[in-house]
Amino acid sequence: MGEEDYYLELCERPVQFEKANPVNCVFFDEANKQVFAVRSGGATGVVVKGPDDRNPISFRMDDKGEVKCIKFSLENKILAVQRTSKTVDFCNFIPDNSQLEYTQECKTKNANILGFCWTSSTEIVFITDQGIEFYQVLPEKRSLKLLKSHNLNVNWYMYCPESAVILLSTTVLENVLQPFHFRAGTMSKLPKFEIELPAAPKSTKPSLSERDIAMATVYGQLYVLFLRHHSRTSNSTGAEVVLYHLPREGACKKMHILKLNRTGKFALNVVDNLVVVHHQDTETSVIFDIKLRGEFDGSVTFHHPVLPARSIQPYQIPIAGNGFCRGVSAAVLPRGCVLTMIFGSYLWNLQVKLEPIVNLLPDKGRLMDFLLQRKECKMVILSVCSQMLSESDRASLPVIATVFDKLNHEYKKYLDAEQSYAMAVEAGQSRSSPLLKRPVRTQAVLDQSDVYTHVLSAFVEKKEMPHKFVIAVLMEYIRSLNQFQIAVQHYLHELVIKTLVQHNLFYMLHQFLQYHVLSDSKPLACLLLSLESFYPPAHQLSLDMLKRLSTANDEIVEVLLSKHQVLAALRFIRGIGGHDNISARKFLDAAKQTEDNMLFYTIFRFFEQRNQRLRGSPNFTPGEHCEEHVAFFKQIFGDQALMRPTTF
Amino acid sequence: MAVAAAGAGSGPWATQEKQFPPALLSFFIYNPRFGPREGEEENKILFYHPNEVEKNEKIRNVGLCEAIVQFTRTFSPSKPAKSLHTQKNRQFFNEPEEHFWMVMVVRNPIIEKQSKDGKPVIEYQEEELLDKVYSSVLQQCYSMYKLFNGTFLKAMEDGGIELLKERLEKFFHRYLQTLHLQSCDLLDIFGGISFFPLDKMTYLKIQSFVNRVEESLNIVKYTAFLYNDQLIWSGLEQDDMRILYKYLTTSLFPRHMEPESCLFLLLRFLTGPLNLNDPDAKCRFPKIFVNTDDAYEELHLIVYKAMSAAVCFMIDASIQPTLDFCRRLDSVVGPQLTVLASDICEQFNINKRMSGFVLGFLFTFILLPPMNLAGKSTILGDIVLPVDRGEVYVILIKNVKKLCATQFNNIFFLD
Repeated sequence: MGEEDYYLELCERPVQFEKANPVNCVFFDEANKQVFAVRSGGATGVVVKGPDDRNPISFRMDDKGEVKCIKFSLENKILAVQRTSKTVDFCNFIPDNSQLEYTQECKTKNANILGFCWTSSTEIVFITDQGIEFYQVLPEKRSLKLLKSHNLNVNWYMYCPESAVILLSTTVLENVLQPFHFRAGTMSKLPKFEIELPAAPKSTKPSLSERDIAMATVYGQLYVLFLRHHSRTSNSTGAEVVLYHLPREGACKKMHILKLNRTGKFALNVVDNLVVVHHQDTETSVIFDIKLRGEFDGSVTFHHPVLPARSIQPYQIPIAGNGFCRGVSAAVLPRGCVLTMIFGSYLWNLQVKLEPIVNLLPDKGRLMDFLLQRKECKMVILSVCSQMLSESDRASLPVIATVFDKLNHEYKKYLDAEQSYAMAVEAGQSRSSPLLKRPVRTQAVLDQSDVYTHVLSAFVEKKEMPHKFVIAVLMEYIRSLNQFQIAVQHYLHELVIKTLVQHNLFYMLHQFLQYHVLSDSKPLACLLLSLESFYPPAHQLSLDMLKRLSTANDEIVEVLLSKHQVLAALRFIRGIGGHDNISARKFLDAAKQTEDNMLFYTIFRFFEQRNQRLRGSPNFTPGEHCEEHVAFFKQIFGDQALMRPTTF
Repeated sequence: MAVAAAGAGSGPWATQEKQFPPALLSFFIYNPRFGPREGEEENKILFYHPNEVEKNEKIRNVGLCEAIVQFTRTFSPSKPAKSLHTQKNRQFFNEPEEHFWMVMVVRNPIIEKQSKDGKPVIEYQEEELLDKVYSSVLQQCYSMYKLFNGTFLKAMEDGGIELLKERLEKFFHRYLQTLHLQSCDLLDIFGGISFFPLDKMTYLKIQSFVNRVEESLNIVKYTAFLYNDQLIWSGLEQDDMRILYKYLTTSLFPRHMEPESCLFLLLRFLTGPLNLNDPDAKCRFPKIFVNTDDAYEELHLIVYKAMSAAVCFMIDASIQPTLDFCRRLDSVVGPQLTVLASDICEQFNINKRMSGFVLGFLFTFILLPPMNLAGKSTILGDIVLPVDRGEVYVILIKNVKKLCATQFNNIFFLD
């Protein structure tokens, strides 16, 4: 197995903490992703480390007994410490507020606190075996206010900080789950739902273990993940992960089943909207992407691992003065840990490496579907595009077309969102509707300039590529853009023209222009004009294009004058009614250059007549700078040939 | 107005007189280098039609042409005579390859009038034939020969005079019968290709189709795509395509006109095997020669048709297409082409409704109203002939300005 093969890795900078021992207790808070090391009940210090902040927080607190749970509120404002089964102690970490501890006892009689969760910087939920209590903390008053409570028997609970949803396990079988949602001082009860337990032998009492449940946000939606172990009675080939979708409103619904095809102990992570399942026996992991096409049976979609199982890339931990300690391959995985992994005395974030996946997923269409959903996908996608156009790994045209179509589908979605946003802003809806948000441009939006810069411009330069293939690829990209009704940028057209010209394929170029595959633009018209010496009809093609643009009249005149077609230029400008505003000097210059005296006479006379009509006199004004031409006219045709002012 | 050629039996006075259209009197090819000495003149003649003519007359006629060319060369060394006008006929000369001369003699159209005493009076319409038209016809004779046989020189290299004579005989014997000199008209000058009007997206789909087929059947060197006998895409260069187009539209396609009801026959090879399921089917395709100026490529021409779409696949002649290949081509191309053909048909109907479709202007001609240019009496409407090299010539100026303003507002005209 080469090193490139690992598609899961641990982040570069793990959080290191002191190992748990009788004097040092270690706690992990998932909401803030902080590790607390509490020494001697806090008397000899508490050290808090998070993955993001470089500076650990350390403080001391009095040893008032064994710490059961310790967590900061959001933004580290208030510290909550549970030491008994009835009370939680609080301590303000807000400047100018008293740092004296204050205590809150749970309201329900005879209830035991199972734990607590912060839902904001000042709101906290106590979960007891008899229900939940929702409090607001008033730090300046050093007291708590009960906002709401709900009574029910609780076996265990689970909290998803991203969506602020608490899941309570109720009933004897523990398999009826009651979700609550918290938001800005309100607590709402969501419909409860039941997890179907696999059939178990009569002798053992079936129950839902909290070890087999996880909550995570996948593609913006909250899911409850249930690890259903392989049961000998059913025909299933192995364990499964069942995803229940928990919508904001409405009932929970079983949506996806991830087929693990294995038995044994598993642990789950969700990284970058992928469900990662670690298998303890083989020390390997597989990933699932619920957006990839699976087998739909009418109500549930079945998914198989996107890729073959692989270990997490071994990590070498440097130890000061002593080289490296042994590489870590998947070791013990703590329960409920959805985003992070803890091994030994290190806390890691799990990451998905996209580069190795490129070679593990041969189906390019599926690969694109997968990559386009990933956060850091841009450069990998561009490299896939370059790779499929390279000589050694050249993909077939239908595959290339599929990849382009998928890119442009995403690109078009963004353009549409952008456009409707712009229209809404223009219509003045921005103030009235707070929901109106500027669409976020994710890395999956690869526009024409990205593809041009990183893929196509280098591709057409490759000498060894058959030009037929180069042109076919360019046309395929242009076809795809057109199919999604995206206006093609002129630099892509230029690339096509350049390639055709390089191989003397002028007739092809001509046909493309004829069917308007290469859209009209001034830069393109100028490019065509420059090709005239290789391909004479390019001149006419260019003029046609300028005429169709209808904003390029000046250019048409310039083109004609440069070809010494002075009369044609004049007729053209007269045809569009612009002859009163043109520079006489420019036309006279051009006429003189032709060395055709009669032409010069005609042009000169035309402007004399224009002067007469506009100013009542055939003479040129000094501002027109035509003295030299008047002199030239006199020299050839004589003074008397000048037009006389008509007087009335 | 000089656009008059003979038209048979038109005009109000047709009842009192008989008209005879122009006709081919003789057609011959010679090379003066092959029989420079007296007594060997016969060797110069490579082909002579009609063959029944007595040997001495053949030699006389060839000698006359040679003399005329030589004579006129003294006046204009670079451009010797192209045609010779006489009362009864007109001769056209063409030297397509060095020292190889092709001569076509056309009888002027005749009007036979009844004189008062009842005797017929024959009147030759000397001025009716257009040099340009028939010179072009003669040039096309050569181009068509070259398309299927390669150059004269090539035949000489391959098998000497005998082979060249054989090829000329084989080709022109049949080809001359299809000349229809009486219906030649202005359009023959241009050898125009009619392009099928199509929207960009459908066109790009065709591009994509052509590229994919060329990729998956990699022995295909060039492809041409036609719909309704009009060209949409040519991978061949312009001059080769022009003559191939003429062959397809005037010879191959008309021969395969089929009753519309034969739906099961809508998909098949116009050249090559008739029945793919017959293991003994012959996979013989016509050979064509293109790019004879430089690369000199010899190709097999496979013409495959689905509904109104016809695709020409040209593959290197060194590779003999097998029945297996034909079956593969059929399975790769057939389904895609059928879909594409119905797409084109649908798009075309949409475009027809939205008039003002941009006409492809190179080698596209429009005739308003449709007419036969050859007939004298029909020179009425407007005709615009956009032609070679992107330039547009406007012939027969009558309401042309109006026509240009409405139909060609996409084209820049020099007044």
